[in-house]
Amino acid sequence: MQRSVILGLGNILNTDEGVGVHALKALEMRCGSQMRAELIDGGTMGLSLLPLVEECDDLLVLDAVDAGRAPGTLVELARDQIPLFAGVRVSQHQVTFQEVLGLAMVRGKLPRRLHLLGIQPADTSLGIGLSAVAEATMPRLIARAREILQDWDALDAV
Amino acid sequence: MASRLVIDPITRIEGHLRIEAELDANNVVSNAYSSGTMVRGIEIILNGRDPREAWAFAQRVCGVCTTVHAFASIRAVEDALGITIPKAANLIRNLMIAQQYVHDHVMHFYHLHALDWVDVVNALKADPAATSALQQKISPWPNSSPGYFAEVQAKVQAIVDSGQLSIFANAYWGHPAYKLPPEVNLLAVAHYLEALDWQARATKIHTIFGGKNPHPNFVVGGVPMPIDLNSDTALNAERLAVINDSIAFITRFVDEVYLPDVLAIAPFYKEYAAIGGGLGNFLSWGEFPSGDIADTSSYLVPRAAILNRDLNNLVVPDPRDAAKMQEFISHSWYRYSGGDNLGLHPWQGETALNFTGPKPPYEQLEVEQKYSWLKAPRWNETPMEVGPLARVLIMYAAGHPQTKELVDLTLKTLDAPVEALFSTLGRTAARAIETKVFADAMRGYYDDLVATIRAGDTRTFNRDRWEPLSWPARAQGFGFMEAPRGALGHWVVIENGKIANYQMVVPTTWNASPRDHKGQMGAYEASLVGTPLAKPEWPLEILRTVHSFDPCMACAIHMVDATGRDVGELAIGLNVCVR
Repeated sequence: MQRSVILGLGNILNTDEGVGVHALKALEMRCGSQMRAELIDGGTMGLSLLPLVEECDDLLVLDAVDAGRAPGTLVELARDQIPLFAGVRVSQHQVTFQEVLGLAMVRGKLPRRLHLLGIQPADTSLGIGLSAVAEATMPRLIARAREILQDWDALDAV
Repeated sequence: MASRLVIDPITRIEGHLRIEAELDANNVVSNAYSSGTMVRGIEIILNGRDPREAWAFAQRVCGVCTTVHAFASIRAVEDALGITIPKAANLIRNLMIAQQYVHDHVMHFYHLHALDWVDVVNALKADPAATSALQQKISPWPNSSPGYFAEVQAKVQAIVDSGQLSIFANAYWGHPAYKLPPEVNLLAVAHYLEALDWQARATKIHTIFGGKNPHPNFVVGGVPMPIDLNSDTALNAERLAVINDSIAFITRFVDEVYLPDVLAIAPFYKEYAAIGGGLGNFLSWGEFPSGDIADTSSYLVPRAAILNRDLNNLVVPDPRDAAKMQEFISHSWYRYSGGDNLGLHPWQGETALNFTGPKPPYEQLEVEQKYSWLKAPRWNETPMEVGPLARVLIMYAAGHPQTKELVDLTLKTLDAPVEALFSTLGRTAARAIETKVFADAMRGYYDDLVATIRAGDTRTFNRDRWEPLSWPARAQGFGFMEAPRGALGHWVVIENGKIANYQMVVPTTWNASPRDHKGQMGAYEASLVGTPLAKPEWPLEILRTVHSFDPCMACAIHMVDATGRDVGELAIGLNVCVR
């Protein structure tokens, strides 16, 4: 049995920064019981997420994405489009999720399928809950997440 | 670096730390300013909320520090409401806290700080057979064959050859301040990689006690996990056995890898025993109560302060003392209703934002004015350093036998007097020393927990004051945790069942504090003065000292020489962040 994980990332104290975690909760509410994938709230944890990433076969990441697009834009990055990156760090707390992916790659343990789904944030200031702009994109993000998972299931069924 | 990235989709940064250092003609740091450039604001979010839920918000302040904020928060509420927790709950908390230290310190060393001392690329020049001999000399760790080190070397070679370098990109490889022989570099790189496998298993204890990792559950009044040796869903015999194994697994890595590595690396950097000393004032709120948390004499790490490097006189700080525990904002972007040169105790604390700085991006901070989002916490109007060095010095001064033994061993290895501890190297060694002390303490907490359960005391939760109807109309409390990076305090005021005021004073606020109403430097600022730089455009030496504090922030090191000329900037690509 392949292990699929949906990982919600972000900080729920900073409005749209928490879009990945909010999306995860929305998915759980609407279709949690029907899904084969595990739903995991990764918050803003850095390196601690490495074991989780390395232990799954398929990984769908939900997150706020700064792609320089209009606020509220649904952003999608396939495996090869996600930059795996690390550099000079000043704090252990500065480990980016990209670095986690980079480490997994170096160790030859990057998930077989990897996909990122996110929203360009409108507001990342202090505050609980999403901006109206991000909220409006949420249904499309949820629908797209379900499609991706169905596609993966279909591929496995072949 | 920022400009290299077209898309930076998932940057996770808990706020920025900006250091501005002035250099003299010989490239020695003559003055330094530390600024937090992101506002935290959790205090504002918590006002009006149910105090029993505060931990769930507080733990989101930082992705790495989730546990420490959760513990400080529930302890603050318990203190305010007069809740005592059952014995087993305290032991379980001690196990979780000790595990957090060991995990955090090992990962800090190998994945951040070691790379300040270890030249990864230089490890390619090492002789695997000589590395093997070195490993076998310093420790019984089994991964020590020449073949093993040749394999590690091949892995590093492949990473370097790949061009993109990935995890090892953009560091200062080849910097003249790197001094380890290739074999020591290779040894450390091998352990850098091994630490990643270690951490996957090292978090097991939290998964069992706190439920789902990465965000464990906490509860005001105890721990959320019941004890029932015959239940599948409670802490049972099987789970206790897993914890027992996990303690052995965690401890072995400290004994056979981390501590020996630090002692093997340190003698090559003896000059850092005279660099980075800083304030000489140290504070700890104390940690690991063996019984009632109100009885501070039961703590393994004492609640104490050291002033002016005087190890013969420990001072006892009272976090409730409104005249001594204060935060100042003369150089911080806040406004106090009674005037900006006052000091306020956190129970009376105010969080009114007042940004007066230049519009970013700016070349230089206005350091004569306000220049940081961090307040300046002071004890008796004195700046204090917090963290592993503070705790180890306090345990040493209090005569804790194991600490004394480990400190003496370290000093002997370095052939240095006790004054050498007041330094960057001392801070880094102290972190390894306390890791060993706390890892060993886990065994005692585990045995005590098993004995408590055997004696029939399986209570883990005190529900006496769970209901708000049982609370007084007004209450105030202090909660703490000696977080891995230093003294953390949460001060809460509860009125009519809701939070009326909430203030955190986090370790990095003590250490990275800006100047105060008297113009006194914070710990980072003081520790950087006098640091010589070999290549100012690659300020590795500054990173060594800042990293030795284990900052809970990301940052841009911004170098300015005495004439105000920019000599280099390391801006990290980022988008969204909170401290």
